[in-house]
Amino acid sequence: MKSAVVLLPGLNRDRDMIAALTKISGTPPVTVWQTDTEIPDVDLITIPGGFSFGDYLRCGAIAARMPVMRAVAEKAAKGVMVIGVCNGFQILVEAGLLPGALMRNTSLKFVCRQVKLQIANANTMFTRRYQPGQIIRSPVAHHDGNYFADTETLARLEGEGQVVFRYAEGTNPNGSINDIAGIINSQGNVLGLMPHPENLIEAAHGGSDGRALFESALGIAA
Amino acid sequence: MIKARITVTLKNGVLDPQGKAIEHALSGLGFGGVGQVRQGKVFDVELAESDKAKAEADLKAMCDKLLANTVIENYSVAIT
Repeated sequence: MKSAVVLLPGLNRDRDMIAALTKISGTPPVTVWQTDTEIPDVDLITIPGGFSFGDYLRCGAIAARMPVMRAVAEKAAKGVMVIGVCNGFQILVEAGLLPGALMRNTSLKFVCRQVKLQIANANTMFTRRYQPGQIIRSPVAHHDGNYFADTETLARLEGEGQVVFRYAEGTNPNGSINDIAGIINSQGNVLGLMPHPENLIEAAHGGSDGRALFESALGIAA
Repeated sequence: MIKARITVTLKNGVLDPQGKAIEHALSGLGFGGVGQVRQGKVFDVELAESDKAKAEADLKAMCDKLLANTVIENYSVAIT
């Protein structure tokens, strides 16, 4: 399985994502720059976290309009897997590849801590190595992770199993509706989540709860 | 040249934590009777265009494509 990492000015978790993909798949991902109009033939495209374009206008808004995102949309339409983490999630919703919006945390504070996540749907290409309902740990670090969707969209997400990760055990750090931490698109090949699974993949991180997400996507046995 | 002011506001029903904080701060300053406060954005845009109708159509397209997130925000365009 081959993977790619999208690079944009202001992202700062790109090296973490590259390290995680390299360690888990055994092969370094290719990197694509914001102005690239084509993405090489890969199975998985990741958009890391950070503060693309300084979070100007709205988080992810400028990045979502860069040429590379048109290429990501074309690949996604062909069924290539896409994972957006944190700012990557914000970019995916701004690009219209995922529904809803990510708003300022209700606390108005930047949150940087560990939360608990429930696997709300273990029957996706990103979560099949987890058990349904399993509780895992994950770091979060964001100021705008408060997921919002209108009533109709929310009902569809919940009804179709598109809510994949939910903050568990009272650890919702941002006030997101229905404790939503991560969702997939209706085709099931685009995932966005605020937590950082790439920062919990080995003993040196204090645990490997996030590893199964990448093993699921990359088709690697645990 | 045409000058325009674009105002972007949150849709009704969308929670505005920043507006809430401002509302509380105003009450804290002793301003009585402050009801709901909602925070928005203003963009002053200059356009090298003389046709008002064309300018207005362009400005609306700018809002739909970038300046507003129509999932959560409304916008209005005023040519000044």
